[in-house]
Amino acid sequence: MTRLSVDIVRTLPGARFRLRASFAAGDGTTAILGPSGAGKTMLLHVIAGLARPETGTISLDGRALYGPGVDLAPEVRDLGMVFQEPRLFPHLSVRANMLYGAPKGSDPEAAIALLGLGDLLRRRPADLSGGEAQRVAIARALLRRPKMILMDEPLSGLDPARKGEVLPHLRSLSAAEATPILYVTHVAEEAAALGARILTIDDGVIADAA
Amino acid sequence: MQWMTLTEAEWEVLFLSLRVAATATIIGLPIAFWAAWSLARRRVPFRGLVKAIIQLPLVLPPVVVGYLLIVTFGRQGWIGGPLYQATGISIAFTTTAAVIATGIVAFPLMVRACRLSIETLDPKLEAAARVHGASPTRVFWTLSAPLCLPGILAATTLGFARGFGEFGATLIFAANIPGETRTLPIAIYTALQSPTGGEAAARLVVISVTAAVGAFLISEWLERRTRERLSGESR
Repeated sequence: MTRLSVDIVRTLPGARFRLRASFAAGDGTTAILGPSGAGKTMLLHVIAGLARPETGTISLDGRALYGPGVDLAPEVRDLGMVFQEPRLFPHLSVRANMLYGAPKGSDPEAAIALLGLGDLLRRRPADLSGGEAQRVAIARALLRRPKMILMDEPLSGLDPARKGEVLPHLRSLSAAEATPILYVTHVAEEAAALGARILTIDDGVIADAA
Repeated sequence: MQWMTLTEAEWEVLFLSLRVAATATIIGLPIAFWAAWSLARRRVPFRGLVKAIIQLPLVLPPVVVGYLLIVTFGRQGWIGGPLYQATGISIAFTTTAAVIATGIVAFPLMVRACRLSIETLDPKLEAAARVHGASPTRVFWTLSAPLCLPGILAATTLGFARGFGEFGATLIFAANIPGETRTLPIAIYTALQSPTGGEAAARLVVISVTAAVGAFLISEWLERRTRERLSGESR
């Protein structure tokens, strides 16, 4: 069983409060639900190694990612991440984007089928719709074969129709793949639709909603 | 028909000019990119001073640049002197001197073009690459460098064009030695010094313009192709 343990304090730029997160996330989908500006994105960046906490510890499957004397680089944290915007590499094809972080010899067919990307593989990111691009970004995170995928409001930049296009893929992802997901959102329906265990974040403090 | 063919001396001047400008660009470009990257992305001590020194050849009269190069690399210079005493190698008044003078004068333009492209790189893309397993070196070679290619090509064009037309610093530091340091602008200057050199100068001007326009068109085509490749649109 995968277990992500987070116990950190981090200043949020421009906020009157600090992010104080202490929680654990395991298999399946864990959603962190909270309003904009509550510190959700910063929390994921701290876990991914893109930002440093002031104090605290982060561990994944018993391996310290951050703590006293430990600060692993993002590339060795065994994580995948889907951002609010797809952040695809514009000079690479969809296929090359998907395989960017994949271990050598990875077979992308299952991910291609799961996310319905068969017709897009030779295209460039600029030719994709927002929904298609976000599905490619999900495939990129999945094909990295990470211990956990972090998702930072991956549907927030999409219109309702595109959300409806991507959401079923996210649901089937958590069902079909054993990869645990830590999903942050400000939309309660999204978290519910994913069948996630829900934690709430308010003024930087995370609490178990259950 | 005489206007259509070049004399041996004209070929020599043309090839020397191309060789000097190309060598200065090829050697200067990686250094310029590194300087631009450092200025755009790293903490550089005395940043303002470093930027001013890099930009200096752009605002100084080329003759002054040539003089400073002589003072530095001449046989009595503070680098050239010890070098000559230790190895017998003298840099001033050689093709190497012409390359150095050309490279120094073209350097600020190359740094500027590289820096503009580096500053347009989206750090969010690089962060995404890091999270997905890419080391900083891999991020550089697979993401940052390819996305900077249009800027690198622009730097190459600007550097080469500036180098191809370089006159003042080269004349002072490398002199006017046929076959060794007499590049096209210096050859035109030499021809104009002679009462009967009008036609020779005109021919050299035509060669100069043709070569410069040719190089410009090739680089424009290359730059456009690269931009199309990197624009993110399917071919």
